[in-house]
Amino acid sequence: MACMQKFALASIAALTLSAGTVPALAQQGLDEPFQKTFREALAGKTVAYVPVAMNFDLTEGWYAGLKKELEPFGVKFVIRDPNWNTNAGAQAVTSLISEKPAVMVIHNPDVQTYAKLLQRAENEGIYVIQINMGSAYRSSAFVGANWIEIGERQTEGVVKACQGKSNKIAIIQGALSAAASAYTLKGVENVLAKHPEIKVVSSQAADWDAAKAKAITQTVLKQNPDLCGIVGFWDGMDIGTAAAIKEAGLTGKVFLATSGGGERKGACELVKNGSFDLDMSYDVPTQAAQMAGTIKWLLSSGAKPGSVKGSEYTTLIPITKENADTQTACWNLSDLKK
Amino acid sequence: MKRVRISQQEIVFAVFAALFLSFSIFLNGFLSADNMLTLLQNVAVLGILGLGMAIVVIGRGIDLSLIAALAVPGGLVLQMVQNGHSLPASLVAAGLLAIAVGLVNGWLIAYAEVPPLFATLASGLFVAGLGQAALFQLDVVQWSDGMAGFERLGQGSILGIPTSIVMFAIACVVVFVLLRKTRWGAYIYAIGDNPFAARVTGIPSRPIIVLQYVVAALIGCFAGLVMAASVNSMPTRIFNSTLIYDVILVVVLGGIGLSGGRGGVVNVIIGTLLIGTMLNGMTILNIPYAGQNLIKGLVLLVAVITDTFLNPRNEETAQQGDI
Repeated sequence: MACMQKFALASIAALTLSAGTVPALAQQGLDEPFQKTFREALAGKTVAYVPVAMNFDLTEGWYAGLKKELEPFGVKFVIRDPNWNTNAGAQAVTSLISEKPAVMVIHNPDVQTYAKLLQRAENEGIYVIQINMGSAYRSSAFVGANWIEIGERQTEGVVKACQGKSNKIAIIQGALSAAASAYTLKGVENVLAKHPEIKVVSSQAADWDAAKAKAITQTVLKQNPDLCGIVGFWDGMDIGTAAAIKEAGLTGKVFLATSGGGERKGACELVKNGSFDLDMSYDVPTQAAQMAGTIKWLLSSGAKPGSVKGSEYTTLIPITKENADTQTACWNLSDLKK
Repeated sequence: MKRVRISQQEIVFAVFAALFLSFSIFLNGFLSADNMLTLLQNVAVLGILGLGMAIVVIGRGIDLSLIAALAVPGGLVLQMVQNGHSLPASLVAAGLLAIAVGLVNGWLIAYAEVPPLFATLASGLFVAGLGQAALFQLDVVQWSDGMAGFERLGQGSILGIPTSIVMFAIACVVVFVLLRKTRWGAYIYAIGDNPFAARVTGIPSRPIIVLQYVVAALIGCFAGLVMAASVNSMPTRIFNSTLIYDVILVVVLGGIGLSGGRGGVVNVIIGTLLIGTMLNGMTILNIPYAGQNLIKGLVLLVAVITDTFLNPRNEETAQQGDI
């Protein structure tokens, strides 16, 4: 018996010893085995950010969100602002390839311009994350809105509002050269194909310009005062569309659906005051957090750039009168920058 | 053989009349009082800008910084109010900024003798860059509660006429008085017609040139405020758009020759009406954007060619060169 007891004690002692790091009576800390490699994988790495331009809610929001998530880990953040100039953007990407950052976060101006460059970047060992506007090249990750879905859901909203009314709608597109505009239009067409009763009385491009959108809408409303809905392609431009509806005294009678990044002043406030009836938001802070998450995952995975490819399409938030007052529907750029 | 002389103004007016007539006959809903008001309302801001450009072009110059003078001071008002300043203080700041832009333009052109094309191209870029880098948080400056009431400058109507048309009319009267009823206006024509002769006869050419650019910048600023009030925001990125070409189109189409000294407010009104009729008709016809640009470009080309034929370069223009 005594022998058995001794054996048990010895084996407990042996177990304790072999476990090594297991805290004896929780007196010692426990080292988590993976955090050190994670920190090492991030510290001192450079993330380069090339938006189409700074100074508007989307790109400022992504920038602030990424910085907030990555800088505490010692990631160096560089920004190249082509200011709406596609050539300058291509040059920025080209020169970045030779500077070899660890990750490039790219906001494409169109589908083709950067495609070859991004492929070269991944061949050279740089992870490429494309945001909101993808290119023809599929890189390690795409984080962004599905424009087709945006067009579909906006149009569904308008079609629903038109039930029992004139069934006449208008479409205010963005710039013809922008793929985001063309994709959204495809979504609109998808829904309209299912609703032959809907008549499109006007489909014009307003160049993302509020004044142009207002002029077009005024003319269309004068010709078709019984219009029941308008599909607009960006809330920054559709301020003008809304102003035209308001001046015609048709607020509440013409259903205006639009989309945007969900910044409070540009989205929720305008839904609240009746300018917009539906604003499909792709919630910029969440997109930024997803980009940051992807960057952390890629850097710590050690995967060869270009060897894994995936997409994270944004879950859209439809902003209507019901949720425009809530804290979560919109975000404040000023808070995100703090 | 008696040569029939038709001024460009008359040609453009004829084109406008023909276009207007055919739209009225063939386009349902074009010739209604409502649509006429919309037509005018849509081009009111363009017309106001055209007036500013006209003053400079009559004085044999050109002001490419006009859109910057529209976007930046206008945006500054909205941004300052958003940041908690009072509306009057913001308006004064915007006015001072516009005057400063005009003074710099005028000084560069009149005293440093930089060609107006380059001087205003550079100053426009500078002002737009200043706005983007230092003044605005976002390209589109949003309306805020402190601006309440100010939207009446561009929305609603006075005695049934949309306010922006009234603003255009006021600007027309002011510029008409300046050009035709004051000595300064006469000086501007004299300088535009022949700058050397003007100087020899004792006209203070340089201060008058400075005055032209200051007035143009102030008109630009006014147009910006009307525009901001009308769309409840200031899209300052408009500087990068093709608006400046539309403004030149209005002036040249209206018959204000780029060689200076000719034309007046009536020409701007005619040019504006023609553009307004074209835009309105094309929107009702639902012509795609690319097609609209094509038509606008063609009309401008025809106008410029006609101008060259009807107002051939004379000896002094050949020596001095155009703008």
